[in-house]
Amino acid sequence: MQNRLGQQTIQFNSQPMIISSAAVVGPKEEQGPLGDYFDKCLEDSYYGEQSWEKAERKMTNENLNLLLQKAKLSPDKIDYLLGGDLLNQIVTSNFVASKLPIPFLGLYGACSTMAEGMILGAVLIDGNYARRTINFTSSHYQGAERQYRTPNEYGDQHPDYKQWTATGTGAVLLASDGSGPVVTEATVGKVIDYGVKDPKNMGAAMAPAAAETILQHLEDTNRTPSDYDLIATGDLGKVGTKLLKELLADKELDIDQQHDDCGLMLYNSNQGVGAGGSGCACSAVVTSSYLLPYLNDSHLDRVLLVATGALLSPLTNLQGESIPAIAHAVVIESNSQNDAIGNQENRQRGTGFKEEAIQPVIESEDGENT
Amino acid sequence: MSQLDKTPSEYKRLIKQVSSDDSLSKKVTKAYIIGGLICVVGEVIFQLLVARGIPVEEANPLMAISMITIGGLLTGLGVYDRISQYAGAGTIVPITGFANAVVAPAMEHKQDGYILGVGAKMYGVAGPVLTYGMLTAFLIGVIKLVFI
Repeated sequence: MQNRLGQQTIQFNSQPMIISSAAVVGPKEEQGPLGDYFDKCLEDSYYGEQSWEKAERKMTNENLNLLLQKAKLSPDKIDYLLGGDLLNQIVTSNFVASKLPIPFLGLYGACSTMAEGMILGAVLIDGNYARRTINFTSSHYQGAERQYRTPNEYGDQHPDYKQWTATGTGAVLLASDGSGPVVTEATVGKVIDYGVKDPKNMGAAMAPAAAETILQHLEDTNRTPSDYDLIATGDLGKVGTKLLKELLADKELDIDQQHDDCGLMLYNSNQGVGAGGSGCACSAVVTSSYLLPYLNDSHLDRVLLVATGALLSPLTNLQGESIPAIAHAVVIESNSQNDAIGNQENRQRGTGFKEEAIQPVIESEDGENT
Repeated sequence: MSQLDKTPSEYKRLIKQVSSDDSLSKKVTKAYIIGGLICVVGEVIFQLLVARGIPVEEANPLMAISMITIGGLLTGLGVYDRISQYAGAGTIVPITGFANAVVAPAMEHKQDGYILGVGAKMYGVAGPVLTYGMLTAFLIGVIKLVFI
């Protein structure tokens, strides 16, 4: 078992590479600090469709086509499609996959889906079962609110501790050949249930899962937080980030210097998003359009992406059950041959990847960028 | 083996500490002011109707209808939920809030069709009020029949 490290971690010896990534977001995400980095931003949440579910499908579909275009590959060059989303029966992913002639594995990991897909893609490639895989995920604010909570126009208050489901979709293309950031290790998380029942406080539900996975990862790999340039949690938001740090402080682990949260990076504090972003799209779009280009240009050398998912079901919640949560960690390292396709396209577009923007966003520890 | 030492109850306390929300007094004050303002609008409409010579027993339901219309209209224009972000219970308790609770799901489920969408799910939020409102009315009716 030479590919295993410790209890829960696997290492990829064949260096699966992320040769392309793409992300499309909604209007609110465009107004956030990372707005310029995304490949495309929707003007409104319906995106010219009759329903929000259709809008989510349309943007996800377009994003996958964009990803293939950026990689200059046709669908038949892709061996597996791995995807999931927040809607019941992962309908967005199923419908989107039906438009592509690629074998598909549907995933449900709530907001951790991006990391889950990346891990499975890397496993398929490392095990020689695939040359190239695409993993994608999406979420849509209105679509998710309507399924998980109350109708959108209903006057239910959004408390400060509640997070905002991001509208968007992100996808990455993993390959055994090419160039780009390398997926080196992954720690598959366990489902952790600390008895949190409030569906408005997802950060609180997910923080213990993130803490468990980070601790396990560091133990398995025998590393310290300083071995990473960035430890990015998926969507803990303000509340979850505080809780994570408290939980880790109990174990005498301090990640203040390295930690940031995708949910805090995605929005400005004056956007009325409560405790920050959440949803499958949150870590997916930040990773696809922001972290990966930075890794690709060696501004970051080693990133630990800890995508967190609250496995909430409105049905079991109604029956008084708690919200189990999961967190998967992926280590992504920059590669010296850094001419990955995604990034070149970004530069040609002349928007994404602005040198001066990196510092304030990465250093947000006090929630300034929420 | 779990990595964390905290028990769920310790964790619950920790959540309370870090989940910041407005204080109760702040929430109550906001609800009182906006809820009160809504009632003032109702009273103004009522007084205008009475001043126009409409009898009180007719002016009352006309005022309620006007308030429901306003609540429904503001919901449709996407304004009502924004006021609620500030007002909380101040916008839920008055009759305009009931209008909001019916119109919001109706709008939402239009995309699922008029019969099984709008028709079936329109009372998803206001349903409990209707069910237990009718139950209470029935029980009070029984009490009246038996005791009075």
